[in-house]
Formats: sequence, C-alpha cells, structure tokens
Amino acid sequence: MLIYWQIFLAFFIPAIVGYGGGPAFIPLIRNEVVNTYGWVTLEKFAELLAIANSLPGPIATKIAGYVAFQVGGVIGVIVALFALIAPSLLAMLFLLGLLNKFKDSPRVKVMTGLIRPTIAILLGVLAYEFFFKSWVSIGSVHTIIIIVLSFLFLERWKMHPVYVIIGSLFYGAFIIA
Amino acid sequence: MNLNLQKDIFLGFFRAGMLGYGGGPSSIPLVHAEVVKKYKWMTDEEFSDVLALGNSLPGPIITKMGGYIGYRVGGVIGLLNAVLATVLPTVLIMIGLIGTLSRFQDSPIIKGMTQAVAPVVGVMLFSLAYSFAKKAKFDFGWIVTLTLSILSLISYQFMNIHPGFIIGALLLYGLLGGKVKVVTEKEMEK
Repeated sequence: MLIYWQIFLAFFIPAIVGYGGGPAFIPLIRNEVVNTYGWVTLEKFAELLAIANSLPGPIATKIAGYVAFQVGGVIGVIVALFALIAPSLLAMLFLLGLLNKFKDSPRVKVMTGLIRPTIAILLGVLAYEFFFKSWVSIGSVHTIIIIVLSFLFLERWKMHPVYVIIGSLFYGAFIIA
Repeated sequence: MNLNLQKDIFLGFFRAGMLGYGGGPSSIPLVHAEVVKKYKWMTDEEFSDVLALGNSLPGPIITKMGGYIGYRVGGVIGLLNAVLATVLPTVLIMIGLIGTLSRFQDSPIIKGMTQAVAPVVGVMLFSLAYSFAKKAKFDFGWIVTLTLSILSLISYQFMNIHPGFIIGALLLYGLLGGKVKVVTEKEMEK
C-alpha cells in the first residue's frame, strides 16, 4: 500500500505546484522520482526524457506512466496518472462550470473578452518558441520551407492538420535525415 | 450513452495526442482543429476560455482541456474517454516499447521526423493566436486589443510574470466593472 501512496505523492506534488504545462514541471518530477524516492537513476531519467521527447503526446504522463509501472505495476500507473491529471482537471471543471453559469451576463462577457489578447500572446510566444527551436535544430532553410508549405496547406487549402503533420514527418524522415 | 459521440471524442483526442510532437502544448492547435473546426462542439470563444483557464491552473495542459471538453460534450464517460485517448496510447507505447525505442532514439530518421513537425506546430499556434487577436479586435477595437497584447507580452515574456496572474488580474478587472466597452472603434469616431 505504501508504494501506491508514495507514487501518488510523487506525481501529485509536481502537478499542483508546477505551472506552465507538463514540460515546465518535468524537473519537479525528476526531483521526486530520482532524489526523493530513488526509483530511477539520473541517467535513466535523462534517457526516459529523451525517449518521451521523441514520441508524440504529453511528456509528463509518459514519464509518470513508465516510472510508476516499474515500481507499482498497472495499479501504480493508474495511481500516477490520476495524481497527475485529476486535481487540476477537477479545478478546471469547477471554474468553467462557474463561468458557464454566468456566461450570458455582460460582465462575464467583458471578463472573458479581456483575456483573449493575453491568450493570443501566449500562443504567439509558444509559436515563436517552436520556430526558434526548429531554426536551431534544422536550420533556416528547412524551417522556412516547412513553414511556407504548412501555411499553404493549412490556411489556403484548408487541409486537416493530421495530413499536414504526416506530410512533415515524411519530409523529416526523407529530406532532413 | 451515445456511442457515436464517444467514438468521435476518442478519435478526436487520439489524433490530437498522437500527432502532437514536443509535449502537451503542441497538441493545443490540434485539439482546436478537432473540437472547433471538425466536430463543432464549441465556438472559438469557448475554446479560448478553456485555454485561458487551463493556462492559469497548474498541471498538464492538454489533459485539463481534454477532460473538460470531453465532460461538456459527453458527460463523465466523455471525460474519461477524452483523457484516456489523450494519454493512454503514448503511455502504453512508452512502457511496452522502451527497449526498441531506446535503440532508435539516436536514429537520424526519428530525429528528422520530430524536428520537422516543430514548424508545423508553430504555424498552427500562430494562426490560432491570430484568430483570437482578430476576435478581440472585433469586440473591443484595435486600441484596447493592442494595448492589452503589448502589456501581456511585456509582463509574460520580459518580466516573467506567470500568465495565471495576468489572466487573473484581467478577470478581476472585468469582474469589478472596469470600463472597456467605451473605447470601441465606433465610439472613437465620434
């Protein structure tokens, strides 16, 4: 039983104190599973992070799932994912429920309207970070080619992103590599 | 229980999770493509509210969004369905294929694939950002939108203030009845 409680704590704490989405609190998870509980070594954690980065999907849940499976089996995985996901999801349901209740009030309309430019900026900064990362890793030529092509396919020809991403995977596999 | 709806929820979030390379945030525009553009479960405005609150709360962003949207569209089962579709496939791949994966981790093909997706995600994030800015300009006029954008950019990017505080402060300002509407373009012309 103790192990499940420890797994719960190890992922619950990073999830409630870590702001900025999964990637931002990976160091907190590392602190718990490497330093506090010693479930994996630092080298192993670095390897896990590298592998998680090369797979799609959220990163924190992949690392949590893997580490919890090693120390607590299937139940461990369930406990870890629950600890990571449930607390903030419940808070989200509560707050949005509140917002929806008053969504027709003019004041709430102003409130949610006011934050829209901030959200635009957050997404813009995130976009810039993806461009910058790509410029550092594959250089300006590939980056610009992919930007122009994906802009045309997504915005001009309104193709579903699934196909555009699959196309870029092929580009990466055959042209960049 | 509406099986077709649950199937759509699963597929939508499965696609968004399986194609988002570079962590949860890269799935944001993919979730938008599924829930707003493809299935029309919510409007752009609602999506931006979900994104705003998701950004203000701690924890992984994409499971918060998936869980909430799944719940709104398909109840508690929709919630579990969306969260599992987002998280489980890649967790299982990670646990089951770690041996194989660690062998291919340094392969240039895998590296090239992951790298090539980043600019695409950037373009999607950028057009999402643009659509929210356009919406704000429509509501409040470009002076307010530009002012708020610049203030947000300075406080977030250059002063490192957490977006949760910025969003919280703006919500509070709106709640306490801060005047905004008075500066729309129409009234500027008077």
